[in-house]
Amino acid sequence: MIEWISQPWHWAVSGAMIALVMWLLLWFGGEFGVSSTLKTMCTIGGAGKRYEFFNFDWKAQIWNLVFIGGAVIGGFLGVTVFGSPEPVQIAESTQEYLNSVGIDTPQTLAEGRGYVPQEIFALDNIFSVVNLIVLVVGGVLIGFGTRWAGGCTSGHAISGLSNLQLPSLIAVVGFFIGGLVMAWGILPFLLTM
Amino acid sequence: MKFIKYLAVGILFGIVMTKSEAVSWFRIQEMFRFESFHMYGIIGTAVVLGAIGVAIFKKFNIKSVDGGDLRLRDKTFSVPRYLFGGIIFGLGWAMTGACPGPLFTLLGQGVWSILLVIVSAVAGTYLYGAVRAKLPH
Repeated sequence: MIEWISQPWHWAVSGAMIALVMWLLLWFGGEFGVSSTLKTMCTIGGAGKRYEFFNFDWKAQIWNLVFIGGAVIGGFLGVTVFGSPEPVQIAESTQEYLNSVGIDTPQTLAEGRGYVPQEIFALDNIFSVVNLIVLVVGGVLIGFGTRWAGGCTSGHAISGLSNLQLPSLIAVVGFFIGGLVMAWGILPFLLTM
Repeated sequence: MKFIKYLAVGILFGIVMTKSEAVSWFRIQEMFRFESFHMYGIIGTAVVLGAIGVAIFKKFNIKSVDGGDLRLRDKTFSVPRYLFGGIIFGLGWAMTGACPGPLFTLLGQGVWSILLVIVSAVAGTYLYGAVRAKLPH
């Protein structure tokens, strides 16, 4: 059973499981939206004293913090108990492109699981200027953008589109405009600096 | 005790994010370069099945476990906040290869440098709260 789950999952199975997570959260009385936990963290840190936006009863959001705490545990289980027998297998053409900008795609588990590139995320490498830009500016963009748009992939692309919300479609179009500009324009430039 | 169900579904979510490879920086680059169907298949399946489920919930007026209405309110229509906010988030998503769910999942995988991204994302959220009044919504 564990061996069977440990194989990389087909996209249809993965998509169905994400839908299941959304349904369960709705049924429990919550909703599927991860980025709002970032706002809750600001409020817990006292941001509500300075900005009205953060002035809300964060205790009503504890369930979502527990949910992302679960995601941390799930991430641990996903690479230990259910760890894949091989690294993430991506398209040849993507590997060639990444190679041209100095990122190696792991071919064996000894080289990595294929979740994050060592050239950027290994602790020995994160304090280079380029990598700090990627991690810090990237993080700020995620936090700023998701709150402005009122949601991220879970809140808009999954929950919002499932509920046929036009604003969520606009947000997803935005996600892709930003993603394409970064993936094709800015990131290759940064990585080859 | 009432939070245990959220912990359980969170654990499921972390496992799903990992096994689906949606947490992979490599998969996100591949997606934005249109070089594989994988991520589109995941999101597409989730949305189609999700929409069918939500339609059924609405049709039969399904209540939550504690008897309340499900959180399926309509979002207020506007363009700027969704488009501009979406673009900003998209830039960060392709840069770090992670959206908020995977940020926490990667932490559990032991990718400690992701803490820097998480702290920065909280800072970005704070920054939004600070300048919010000046932004179009």
